[in-house]
Amino acid sequence: MKHIQTVSKKTLQSTVRTGGCGECASSCQSACKTSCTVANQPCKKTDAPS
Amino acid sequence: MIHKFKAAGHFFVLDVNSSSLHIVDELANDLLDFYPDGAGGVSELSAKYPEADLREAAGEIDALVSNGLLFSSDPFEGAEGSAFAEPVVKALCLHLAHDCNLRCRYCFAGTGGFGGGRSLMPAETGRAAVDFLLTNSGSRRNLEVDFFGGEPLMNFEAMKAIVAHARENEGRFGKKISFTVTTNGLLLDDEKTAYINEHTQNAVLSLDGRPAVNDAMRPAASGGGSYVLVAPKFQKLIERRAADYYARGTYTRENLDFTADILHLRDLGFRCISMEPVVLPPESPLSIRTEDLPAIYSEYDKLLDIMLLDDSFSFFHYNVDLTGGPCVYKRLSGCGAGSQYLAVVPNGDFYACHQLAGDPSYLCGNVKTGLTSRFETPSVNSRPKCRACFAKFFCGGGCPAAAITLNGGVSEPYEIGCALQKKRTECALALNALKAR
Ligand code: SF4
Ligand code: SF4
Repeated sequence: MKHIQTVSKKTLQSTVRTGGCGECASSCQSACKTSCTVANQPCKKTDAPS
Repeated sequence: MIHKFKAAGHFFVLDVNSSSLHIVDELANDLLDFYPDGAGGVSELSAKYPEADLREAAGEIDALVSNGLLFSSDPFEGAEGSAFAEPVVKALCLHLAHDCNLRCRYCFAGTGGFGGGRSLMPAETGRAAVDFLLTNSGSRRNLEVDFFGGEPLMNFEAMKAIVAHARENEGRFGKKISFTVTTNGLLLDDEKTAYINEHTQNAVLSLDGRPAVNDAMRPAASGGGSYVLVAPKFQKLIERRAADYYARGTYTRENLDFTADILHLRDLGFRCISMEPVVLPPESPLSIRTEDLPAIYSEYDKLLDIMLLDDSFSFFHYNVDLTGGPCVYKRLSGCGAGSQYLAVVPNGDFYACHQLAGDPSYLCGNVKTGLTSRFETPSVNSRPKCRACFAKFFCGGGCPAAAITLNGGVSEPYEIGCALQKKRTECALALNALKAR
């Protein structure tokens, strides 16, 4: 495409179908900890779609 | 819903619901203002752009819409509530010490005591907390324990005893506990460094950056700055560390030029860096105010520009996985404070969160009696502001404790936190998109 370059063709909706397994790290977003914010942690589901 | 933004000289469009991301030219950027229906766009813009180009761009937009990559539907329209069927505990924050050897000016823990007396968690209490976690985590296999304080290394023997106990018992339950330690570094010596490197999966090393900035905020309890005492110890630790770590600092309105602090940490050799805005009530002289936002935004832009040219370090808030990352349930459910995540204080009491430790309204039980109440953090979908927010699938609804302390309740997010979250999300998307193409 000339005007639009798609960098990520993610379809988050597909993860609704497969469901969440809840195995990923918990994600405190406070300033006093640096654990994970939600979007930068790996999914631990073995059959996760991307 | 789409979100358009400009960063590092490029136009970006995020399709919020699918989380797909596009880099567009100025023409397409202008044309998108006429969507979702698109009517009138080509004729309105024909004075500015050639009509053939406009039609071509319109065709590209239409193709993306039909592929579900622009204006895609909300996967959870109308859906409320909890991400995962099972209400289980999967992470504990163990306050090994309600005591601290620093006197950080922005500390929410009241110099380590959390408003109560100074105390250390007995190893027995920590072991009981691990047992509680192993038996209350349902089918979850991956569990987390964070050694926190005050300063957890003031109670190092208990930490070792708790880790040993966990490793001895987790296998029987088919679980694996991942340990994090959050330390100010003052008590690190060769023994503790080696232990931490061998036994923890993540280490959060608190240092604010440039010596003067760090020392103004993080004086030792005995007086004097902590930089010179701590920085070399952290450098030694990461030299020999294979597992994850973060050098993490806090910025306040006294160092709104915090990019210099991030670069200082980089120059000390840290590769994984985090710099967090302080969260304090507006009356505090250190707090971030609305009028500080423009300066902070330009700092984040500056950092983005630097990181486009320098990939020797990562910045925690700019880590985002454009193609993978967690499922939508996770993205909507937030931190799980008071349900999946509990803080355990030295006497074994559970609180909904480490920031709420000591507040009787958020007392949830005890290691001996188990959970007596749960505190449900609101999901993104249950709050109108979050629901309408382009960053919702990256943010997860912000920090409930900040909303409680600064807004008086969880029904609305903490506004300044949101402004910063949104800006960082844009920069993170831009950085990763420009690097990926
Ligand atoms: S309430 Fe805030 S500080 Fe507590 S766990 Fe959640 S995000 Fe972290
Ligand atoms: S940035 Fe604020 S409004 Fe947006 S999802 Fe996060 S907490 Fe909610």
